[in-house]
Amino acid sequence: MEVAQQEITTEAEKKETVNVSGSVALLEALIIEGVTTIFGYPGGAIMPIYDALYDYNEKLQHILVRHEQGGIHAGQGYARTSGKVGVVFATSGPGATNLITGLADAQIDSTPLVCITGQVFAHLLGTDAFQETDVINITTPVTKWNYQVTDATEIPEVIAKAFYIAKSGRPGPVLIDITKNAQIQKFDFEGYVKCNHIRSYKPKPVVRHQYIEQAAELINKAKKPFILFGQGVILGSAEQEFKTFIEKSGIPAAWTVLGAGAIPTDHPLNVGMLGMHGNYGPNVLTNECDVLIAIGMRFDDRVTGRLDKYAKQAQVIHLDIDPAEIDKNVKTTVPVWGDCKETLPLLTALVEEKRHTEWLALFNDYTRKEVEAVIHDELNPTEGEMTMGEVIKQLNDLTHGEAIIVTDVGQHQMVACRYAKLNKTRSNVTSGGLGTMGFALPAAIGAKFGAQDRTVVAIIGDGGFQMTLQELGTIMQSGINVKIIILNNRFLGMVRQWQELFNERRYSFVDIQSPNFVTVASAYGIAGKSIDQREDLPGALKEMLDHPASFLLEVMVTKENNVFPMVPQGCSVSEIRLK
Amino acid sequence: MSESSTERQEYNITVYTENQIGLLNRIAIIFTRRKINIDSLNTSPSEIDSIHRFNIVITETEDVVRKLCRQIEKQVEVLKVYYHTNEDVIWQEMALYKVSTDIIAEKVSVERLLRENGARAVVIRKDYTVFETTGHREETDNLIAILQPYGLIEFVRSARVAIIKDSDGFNRKLREFERLEPGEDVYENEYLNKGEKVFTM
Repeated sequence: MEVAQQEITTEAEKKETVNVSGSVALLEALIIEGVTTIFGYPGGAIMPIYDALYDYNEKLQHILVRHEQGGIHAGQGYARTSGKVGVVFATSGPGATNLITGLADAQIDSTPLVCITGQVFAHLLGTDAFQETDVINITTPVTKWNYQVTDATEIPEVIAKAFYIAKSGRPGPVLIDITKNAQIQKFDFEGYVKCNHIRSYKPKPVVRHQYIEQAAELINKAKKPFILFGQGVILGSAEQEFKTFIEKSGIPAAWTVLGAGAIPTDHPLNVGMLGMHGNYGPNVLTNECDVLIAIGMRFDDRVTGRLDKYAKQAQVIHLDIDPAEIDKNVKTTVPVWGDCKETLPLLTALVEEKRHTEWLALFNDYTRKEVEAVIHDELNPTEGEMTMGEVIKQLNDLTHGEAIIVTDVGQHQMVACRYAKLNKTRSNVTSGGLGTMGFALPAAIGAKFGAQDRTVVAIIGDGGFQMTLQELGTIMQSGINVKIIILNNRFLGMVRQWQELFNERRYSFVDIQSPNFVTVASAYGIAGKSIDQREDLPGALKEMLDHPASFLLEVMVTKENNVFPMVPQGCSVSEIRLK
Repeated sequence: MSESSTERQEYNITVYTENQIGLLNRIAIIFTRRKINIDSLNTSPSEIDSIHRFNIVITETEDVVRKLCRQIEKQVEVLKVYYHTNEDVIWQEMALYKVSTDIIAEKVSVERLLRENGARAVVIRKDYTVFETTGHREETDNLIAILQPYGLIEFVRSARVAIIKDSDGFNRKLREFERLEPGEDVYENEYLNKGEKVFTM
């Protein structure tokens, strides 16, 4: 084994072969792809791979999760904070089907993953064998690419393609299903060659200069230009190019939930969050701008509200790497296809240096109105129960915006996204497109493995925490240091808010009871504290952050607080409500 | 938006792909996910070794068809997707008709009708005869109506195959795809030759 490991990582040209199993070839391939951490859970059909992994303990760190869904969310968290491809192992049948939620989440949020699932022996395929599931067909709609390996000789090439496809172009999840016989089968491994071209796959459209010129012309003529940016800026590692572009053009910029952190929260041109629970100004002024410049975002319905009343007055410039996104929801005047790391500098070169002082002041006016109507009371309450917003504000005061914030789904997610201060990119990990409750705890574990020198704070509701709380076991066993804040309002808050506003307060099955979370944490050896008094909040947050290991802090917050502003479903963004 | 993009009509979608297990499903679910019925689907090897060609017919607006084509082209193993109206393609469907041989022998008119409709006998047996005809949907439908009174035993029609009138094949394009740094040709899109239309709403 030792000899084998040395030889097979040598250059391909030598054509010296070494006889290895499919499982060993897989692990060698992962090492050459730069993989250091795998999140997984063993089982019958993936046992040969786990047997090989036993000898790779020093090169490949395997994190044993408590459920495959936790494994894939951890892989997502890892990919989001590290910028690398997350790798997940699961067995056949139930192991593979437990990945589906995470695959769908990664697909809609463009997260690069390579998932390896074990499969029954090739001769048993289609016989309803024990733990056999048609994984390829089940995962087709929720993967960028998938492939079933039934012969070990395919493994090097398929793994090379998997990594290339997962991380190139618009990233996404890839699933490779490997039958047990292929894992065991020995073959002559010629060495691993990374993939950099697939003839049928065009990860990046060619940049067309005519559109760059047309876009620049529109921008230079614009009186009230407005930028919407999304995760594309972060996925393309184009944060600096983006900052240069907005600073030269002087255009106010608002972010989608997944774009948060691409520029610091405090940047003077950062005018806030878009969408249903976004900021007042960015929503209202979307319908007043004359040129709308969308960068690496896909006009999700939670961002646009009612489409036929969305930015109808504006000329639209859309920069995106995925041609299928152009004109999908919003008709584009000038499509700028391409990687924004390439297109933004070209555009910056052609735009005039400007300051849109009056136009920017308009955003600030709306901010003032929002502060008066919503934000001030949310962040600085002096009486009554604690609010979610004040917890986030106090956390900001202690972390100074340096922490990675991982959120689950619901009211706390919207509050955290609205108020969390983010100084750095890759600091916001949340389930944006799919809205997966239960995402945060496992994603926070992965986020910490992906950025070990940073503080990771998971902010979770009492409902979502109970969906994947078994991953406390992963924290216990791996010894990872993750801070967990449960904002407990004793309700499934977002659904309750909708029932209050739109269903005449008919609170149908949103009244959720919780266990003693601190006791649960302590059963896993994790320190914790629960507070319900305002004066205890700063001290408790400090205690949590200063604690040398993981810590769970439960904060009892108001039961029936609503997240505002809000664009009610089916309404235009300019019909945003402050209360 | 022009009138043609809001009007529902038949579109012929031509897809060039790698020959890969599972790809049919990957393409089919792009339609089924949006609850769009596939009127006709044919897949066969193309003029190029290892490249497959799908002919898909759906009835939709151009706007929807364009979005669907982009989603199809986004799939890793799809090389290129085109869509055309019926006017832009030469298309044919083949149909087989099984009729009792006795009836044909008795009634001379049947044979005349078959000839008039361009049908030819593929198999003649004592008990039955199988005729074949190729043409547009109305033509093959027409022959069913004609044969029905004479005891049509069985009928089957193939999916549509269509040749694009304004196409010089895929050979040159494929070589372009195979280059490590493909040229602009590979990335062509419907905006390309409509530069003047791009800059208006």
